[in-house]
Amino acid sequence: MYVWIWRHLPGPLTVKLLQVLLLIAAVSLLLLFVVFPWIEPHLPISQVTVPEK
Amino acid sequence: MSGDILVAAPAPAAEPPRSGPTVGDRIRFVLRGIGQTLITLGLVVLLFAVYEVWITNIFAHREQVKVYNALHKEWLNGYDPLSLPSTGPHAIPPGTGIAVLYMPRLGDDYHFAIVQGSAVPDQSQLEKGPAHYADTQLPGQVGNFGVAGHRVGKGEPFLNIDKLRVGDAVIVETKTMWWIYEVLGSPPGADPQDNTTPIPSKCTDANGNVTSANLKVPGREIVDPGDGSVLLPVPNNPGCVPTKDALMTMTTCHPKFTASQRMIIHARLVGQVKNNKHWIETGKFPPVIMQLYKAVQG
Repeated sequence: MYVWIWRHLPGPLTVKLLQVLLLIAAVSLLLLFVVFPWIEPHLPISQVTVPEK
Repeated sequence: MSGDILVAAPAPAAEPPRSGPTVGDRIRFVLRGIGQTLITLGLVVLLFAVYEVWITNIFAHREQVKVYNALHKEWLNGYDPLSLPSTGPHAIPPGTGIAVLYMPRLGDDYHFAIVQGSAVPDQSQLEKGPAHYADTQLPGQVGNFGVAGHRVGKGEPFLNIDKLRVGDAVIVETKTMWWIYEVLGSPPGADPQDNTTPIPSKCTDANGNVTSANLKVPGREIVDPGDGSVLLPVPNNPGCVPTKDALMTMTTCHPKFTASQRMIIHARLVGQVKNNKHWIETGKFPPVIMQLYKAVQG
């Protein structure tokens, strides 16, 4: 997959590197601010309460 | 036409023999795919850890500041959210600030606005700050004032709650009063884990018979996630109420980063100082509260 992306990026090496950095940044931001906030409530990791009796 | 056919016919034979990707090529392709997928998943999980301990704090801090400022403004305008009932149609709105929490052991700058929660505080309330279990008592009331808070991420108000020692002050500032609670156990400074203090209580059994007893409540305990009895008026003792003590119970997750258990801190009201506009406006501590900070630093 990564090889395929690398082959399809246009331009010389430096331009390709720049595009790769941009892609990584875009994917990271998407995960941090959209995907993770959305899936996190469904994960059993941040529960701090006890049920009332 | 026939010439075309004659020319075209030998062409396949002229090309070098190509049988497509070999078995080796296919295996390499699949293995590379699996490898890249695993590396990608690893990086995503790593990024999720960054999100949990860092990004969530940024959002939660913003929410907490909003709640804190709103509460302070209400106090300065002479309005006390605690003048509303805790439950019912005209109750304190869940998610709004009701008090400010201080723990001298956790540093001079440690303070969090406590928000009103639901019967069991939900994630949106807990993201704003430590949240009050709506059906438990309010600050200063005889019974048990229950508060839940995040341990890692989401503002992490209770990150270092395991550092509290026996006798450490847990201060709850409301518009009218500074309530001073102390972590249960003995002697002061000891490890509060399963270190109990007797709480004079009255218990009613199934037949309606009332008995008096000194019930032992620990300063700190680790319980199962489903153990709601830690929030009872006398923690872990169904059917009992304290005769005079106002208790406070804080719940958070344990061990850190997991939700497999709960860490519980129990404290008891030992004193109170009247709050007034001067302290609210200046943001300074009354002398009695200052002493509590000096006691920890000294």
